[in-house]
Amino acid sequence: MIETKYLIIGNSAGGIGAAEAIREVDRVGRVTIVSDEPYPVYSRPLISKYLAGKTTFESIMYRTADFYDKNDITVLLGRRINVLGISRHRAEMEDGEDIRWEKALIAVGGKPIVPRVRGLKKKGVSSFVTFDDAKRIEGLIDSKQRAVVIGGGLIGISATEALSKRGIKVTVVEMKDRVLNTILDETGSRLVDDVIRKAGVEVFCGRTVAQVVGQPTKSNQVGAVILDSGVQLPCDLVVVAIGVVPRLELATGTSIEVNRGVLVDRHMATSVPDVYACGDVAEAYDFVYGANRVVPVWPTAYIGGRVAGYNMAGRKMEYDGGTAMNSLSYFGVPVISAGLVAAPEGQGYEVLSRLNGARYRKLVLKDNRIVGMVFVNDIERAGIVFGLMKDAVDISAFKEAFADDDFSLASLPASLRAGRRETPGWSLFRPVVQ
Amino acid sequence: MKRIQAREDVCMACRLCEVNCLIEHSRSRDPVKAYKKETPRAMPRLRVDEKSSVSFATLCRHCEQPVCVYSCITGAMGKDPVIGVVSVNQDRCVGCWTCVMVCPFGAILPDALRGKAIKCDLCVHRQTPACVENCPNRALMVVEEKVAVPAH
Repeated sequence: MIETKYLIIGNSAGGIGAAEAIREVDRVGRVTIVSDEPYPVYSRPLISKYLAGKTTFESIMYRTADFYDKNDITVLLGRRINVLGISRHRAEMEDGEDIRWEKALIAVGGKPIVPRVRGLKKKGVSSFVTFDDAKRIEGLIDSKQRAVVIGGGLIGISATEALSKRGIKVTVVEMKDRVLNTILDETGSRLVDDVIRKAGVEVFCGRTVAQVVGQPTKSNQVGAVILDSGVQLPCDLVVVAIGVVPRLELATGTSIEVNRGVLVDRHMATSVPDVYACGDVAEAYDFVYGANRVVPVWPTAYIGGRVAGYNMAGRKMEYDGGTAMNSLSYFGVPVISAGLVAAPEGQGYEVLSRLNGARYRKLVLKDNRIVGMVFVNDIERAGIVFGLMKDAVDISAFKEAFADDDFSLASLPASLRAGRRETPGWSLFRPVVQ
Repeated sequence: MKRIQAREDVCMACRLCEVNCLIEHSRSRDPVKAYKKETPRAMPRLRVDEKSSVSFATLCRHCEQPVCVYSCITGAMGKDPVIGVVSVNQDRCVGCWTCVMVCPFGAILPDALRGKAIKCDLCVHRQTPACVENCPNRALMVVEEKVAVPAH
């Protein structure tokens, strides 16, 4: 039996954010992190860099090797918690050992969506979410020439770029009519689509994979992918990258309230006392939607984790909320997007955009407030727009400024400028006045 | 916590802050060498934002809740727990520009050539930051405490 004050389940952005916040408040209470992955914390977004062959595991580590020791954190790697044990505050691990806890954080992240496609059990098929996935693919690609990536979203295109850099001919199959359709609007998708194709990648949009078939001589080894159109794509590697869904196993069947993710309030607390959640598993406040949403991105996982950690350690903190946000670079094209990237039609949204060659900026407004942004090849001032969006600033007096080449803080009206020029900082969460 | 604060009422956009910042962060710290010999040329860690007669230097506030540090996907960014300086470990930065996306001041600059984020380091190795020392109009000042300003 292990006893701990703080039990953190999950060893990625959210869990580390919580642990670091706890240690700011409580230097002595025992912190235990449990992860079913065998690795010290690493950056999941960087597994594509690893696969591209540019780097080692050490260089994708998110914290230094002495992080756990230095912060007096007990870390149990390669171990899985099966039951949280809410009523007795006693979790059960798969290997039979129990952990008695005072406060628990569910930060287990998401799991890859597996589409219902025949043949996905064959050798040569992998998801692309964890370091193990990257290693598996790495082990598979030595002799591989052609790959099919199922899913043209963020993970799929990252995998595509990494594999292309390894000299593999990649075909992307996207169900919707364009790649990156959740994080970009039509113009943004087109700009990325252009560079992907120029890099020699084949893209099929509006298509799904009907079946993965084996090789003529080795039927359990991937040989080709058959699309719903009947087109057959010979390949020796298939990457399934449809997306991720919250890993709800620890909450399902308990009194913890669950929607698409584990529901949390502005303190990142679940509906059950002493249990918190953050990151890709949680459904937390989204300031753009004004409602709870699952937002599986690294920054909100870490910041939500921090808020959870402060509250777990007794420093009452209220989260301003997060929203979808991504900053990526595909084949050298920098892309930033956040919030609502495509305005729903006929609901009073307004769009400000400018396309200058391949340089693209777009703002989506509702009631004169920014609710979404897309920047391609022109990202330098994106943060100013992000800040105005988070602070829900009425921009009706200076809408035209966003089209200027030299848009900057100096383009803002005097009152707003003064605040942004002189402020000693920005806030993401606030202490609760009791 | 020490910060550099900019004043727009006396800034004339001469950009000497940018020049001196660049020199300070060059390898030689020599004006001519920094501009003429070193390749790639060093970049200033601040930028003068200008719109008609309005101008001021934009640079890092070293926020108490550093959204850039919290959002960094590699762990390259950190805030020194003692002196409070927010910095980027150049070896760990992969140029994903997540920090550029979230900084509401636009104070983190993407160095596209090197693929690294760069920002004000408060010239911790100097008594007075190079930009502050060389501003002819005192449009840049070092402030020690939080300044009481209306939010916006």
